[in-house]
Amino acid sequence: MARVTALNVNGKKMTLDVDSTVSLLSVLRNDLGLTGSKYGCGEGQCGACTVLLDGQPTRSCITQVGRATGKQITTIEGLEKDGQLHPLQEAFIKADAMQCAYCTSGMIMSGAALLTKNPRPSRDEIISGMNGNICRCGTYQRIVEAIQIASGTAKEVAK
Amino acid sequence: MTDERDRIDEIETERYELFETPSYKFHFDRRDFIKAFGAGIIFIVPLSRALAQQRGQGESGRGGNDRLPNDIGAWIHVDEDGGVTVFTGKVEMGQNIRTSLAQAVAEELHVPVGIIHLVMGDTDVTPFDMGTFGSLSTPTMAPRLRKAAAAAREMLIDLAAQQLSVEPASVTIVDARFVNHDKSKSLSLAEVAKGRKLVKVIPDNIATTPPKDWTIAGTSIAKVDARNFVTGRHEYASDIKREGMLYGKVVRPATFNATLVSVDTKAAEAIPGAKVVHDGNFIGVVAADSQTATKAANVIAVDWKSPGQPSNAELFDVLRKPTTERRGGEGGGGGSRPQGSLADGLAAADKKIEQTYTVAYIAHTPLEPRAAVAEWKDDKLTVWTGTQRPFGVRSELAGAFHIAEDKVRVMVPDTGSGYGGKHTGECAIEAARLAKATGKPVKLVWTREEEFTWAYFRPAGVIDIKSGVKSDGTITAWEFHNYNSGNSGIQIKYDIPNNDIQFHPSNSPLRQGSYRGLAATANHFARETHIDELAHSLNMDPLAFRLKNLKDERMRGVLEAAAKAFGWGRTKPAAGHGFGISCGFEKNGYVATCAEIAIDKPSGKDADKQNPQVRIVRVVEAFDCGAVVNPLHLKNQIEGAITMAIGGALFESIQFENGKILNPKFSSYRVPRFIDMPSIEVVLLDCKDIPSAGAGETPIVGLAPAVGSAIFNATGMRLRSLPLVPKGVTTNAKS
Ligand code: FES
Ligand code: FES
Repeated sequence: MARVTALNVNGKKMTLDVDSTVSLLSVLRNDLGLTGSKYGCGEGQCGACTVLLDGQPTRSCITQVGRATGKQITTIEGLEKDGQLHPLQEAFIKADAMQCAYCTSGMIMSGAALLTKNPRPSRDEIISGMNGNICRCGTYQRIVEAIQIASGTAKEVAK
Repeated sequence: MTDERDRIDEIETERYELFETPSYKFHFDRRDFIKAFGAGIIFIVPLSRALAQQRGQGESGRGGNDRLPNDIGAWIHVDEDGGVTVFTGKVEMGQNIRTSLAQAVAEELHVPVGIIHLVMGDTDVTPFDMGTFGSLSTPTMAPRLRKAAAAAREMLIDLAAQQLSVEPASVTIVDARFVNHDKSKSLSLAEVAKGRKLVKVIPDNIATTPPKDWTIAGTSIAKVDARNFVTGRHEYASDIKREGMLYGKVVRPATFNATLVSVDTKAAEAIPGAKVVHDGNFIGVVAADSQTATKAANVIAVDWKSPGQPSNAELFDVLRKPTTERRGGEGGGGGSRPQGSLADGLAAADKKIEQTYTVAYIAHTPLEPRAAVAEWKDDKLTVWTGTQRPFGVRSELAGAFHIAEDKVRVMVPDTGSGYGGKHTGECAIEAARLAKATGKPVKLVWTREEEFTWAYFRPAGVIDIKSGVKSDGTITAWEFHNYNSGNSGIQIKYDIPNNDIQFHPSNSPLRQGSYRGLAATANHFARETHIDELAHSLNMDPLAFRLKNLKDERMRGVLEAAAKAFGWGRTKPAAGHGFGISCGFEKNGYVATCAEIAIDKPSGKDADKQNPQVRIVRVVEAFDCGAVVNPLHLKNQIEGAITMAIGGALFESIQFENGKILNPKFSSYRVPRFIDMPSIEVVLLDCKDIPSAGAGETPIVGLAPAVGSAIFNATGMRLRSLPLVPKGVTTNAKS
């Protein structure tokens, strides 16, 4: 069986030795100790496990780790740079866009990807862009607000 | 007046899961352990006498944990470094009490919130607590901690004054320092606590700051440790990793209530690294990684014998049959004593209506499924798990393994929510059993499917209402029978002289238990829908009709506030839109909800094969829970409750057949998403002179009836079953 022995995670090369068919989520969480990405459904329905593969938001629970080799993997742990939060992380705090916060890392990864593609999304674009992410605590309104807050600053940061 | 704190012993009937017997019983072993606190000053908050007595014979009595006394509600420790640690058995699962309780303590201690640290839900170091449910943290724990902090402040000031050789009256606390009147002398908290080993019992009669003078409590501050969450750094139970930890997987029965006939584990044991554990009706596997554990579990061949069991189709007939076993604590049935005479009330009526309402089973589906890490060391069991009842789970573990409770430590990291669905310790017990067999720590995380299937559900129910009303709008008779779903929110605030309100327990085909708001959602749905029907039967405005039958000032207050903010009566709904209104009362909170819905015609390909959909456009909810502790988090809770309510109102429903759940996945069980979000406006009636009630639950009850009535307003169809439109608007729903 094919093995995966190296991955690029958050700008670092990490060595490991896992079967290539194992889910990326399980490798991140159990083998690499990056537990910020969460398990919520295992069927691509909730978005709690969202990471970026070469900038593309990806459901790591239904992605075999073999498909991530050679790609830049970004997880929630990689968003903070030198102690400086990503504008969307700041905005989530400002908008109180969390209760239990179990959905938060997936929401932030999906939202960050959305902002990269579309730095000034309309409310409707945010809603359709984020619809694959579930928040059972029902903080959707505040998450929309957080993305709106960040969309102002995110643009400057991108420049 | 009864002590607010005693209300905790009133456990509602429909918390069925709290009365269950443990799922497994294993072999036993026992030894002792002792634990001590560090230096500094400890302030202890005694419980009221009634509650302490109850505890003496209650839950924590079993297993004899005499390390910590039973009659303590909370304590606050000022350590030698000046850190203030508050110990409470409550847990944080998104309701943000870690923040609001810190605010309460900071307020009374006169220190910034930032220096307060809360240790929550750890059975070895926090005082016993029945559990985090019933919206009790704010009305009971916050005042308890406030008193402790206020008394602590006075005692600390005395100690500081002695140390500074000044009069206590001249000492104040500024920025966590004790300063004398001319600021010539000062001491830090650390300097006052240094070298001390004091234990002070807080007197019960201490005065706390009245809400109108709050400066820290009552304000909107962000979640205290928000940064840990937005960076993914916080460790939920499912994130915990221990040295040498293995992963577990449990083999589930083919159906509910199945019995094990035979099991063949050979194939699983042949998988390198997999260890099978079989004890009674429990079969599980442990391995170094979760893939291997799952693979091995899948090749275990089990023969289960399943009894025939009811399915969705017969559900409501089954529920109407009286119970044959005791479920849900003392007494089981009942509501209140009938008042007046129904016969007279009906005779006096100009119009009578008799209708039946139903609610489906729904699932909590907290985004973090049940998870536990269990570790045995020197015969002591430690379990990290997400539960609303750490001490209850400790009892379950002690019972399952026949050990004393002080040999079990349950720790609850801030959890990925519960909504009343995480009161039980199944996953903790399973993880502990697997860990015991291997001698290594074991992590067990339930899959979404397991969480959907093997947790418990919000009870389904049938409600019959018979009423009479005079043509001037006075309700004269009210007969209300709830089968199975429960007692909560069953009482009326309407002034109806002749009423008979009853709850009848049933044999539930599915395992059921607490859910945010309990049966208050079902009872409010039935009652408020029926009230709307009465108003329409007289061509009266539903708001005016309610006000005519309500004297309660706070109920009128929320109704009027919601109606005003919504613009009730000032505008007419657009074509294809409808308005609805409802009001309610539960757990000392008053709520009124106005909803606007739209019927969206299907468009695009296959439009003719699809049903029109109900979209909730706008919700205005007024809420009065007494003095507001943190407006930001309160609004967030209310918005969350309304959002969660959308699922149960419109489309959530557990489908089951012969002991199997047919839709145990997010792809087949729809929960509210971003597109389902209405615009939500929350109106808070901040009543400073009324003690704060909890707010995690009551705001959920008003949505379903308001939306149902809005659908009626838009279409003329009266829907009497929750969920209202699981398949969209179908014509056969017409009354
Ligand atoms: S866990 Fe991956 S989408 Fe839900
Ligand atoms: S904050 Fe709890 S699931 Fe989103």
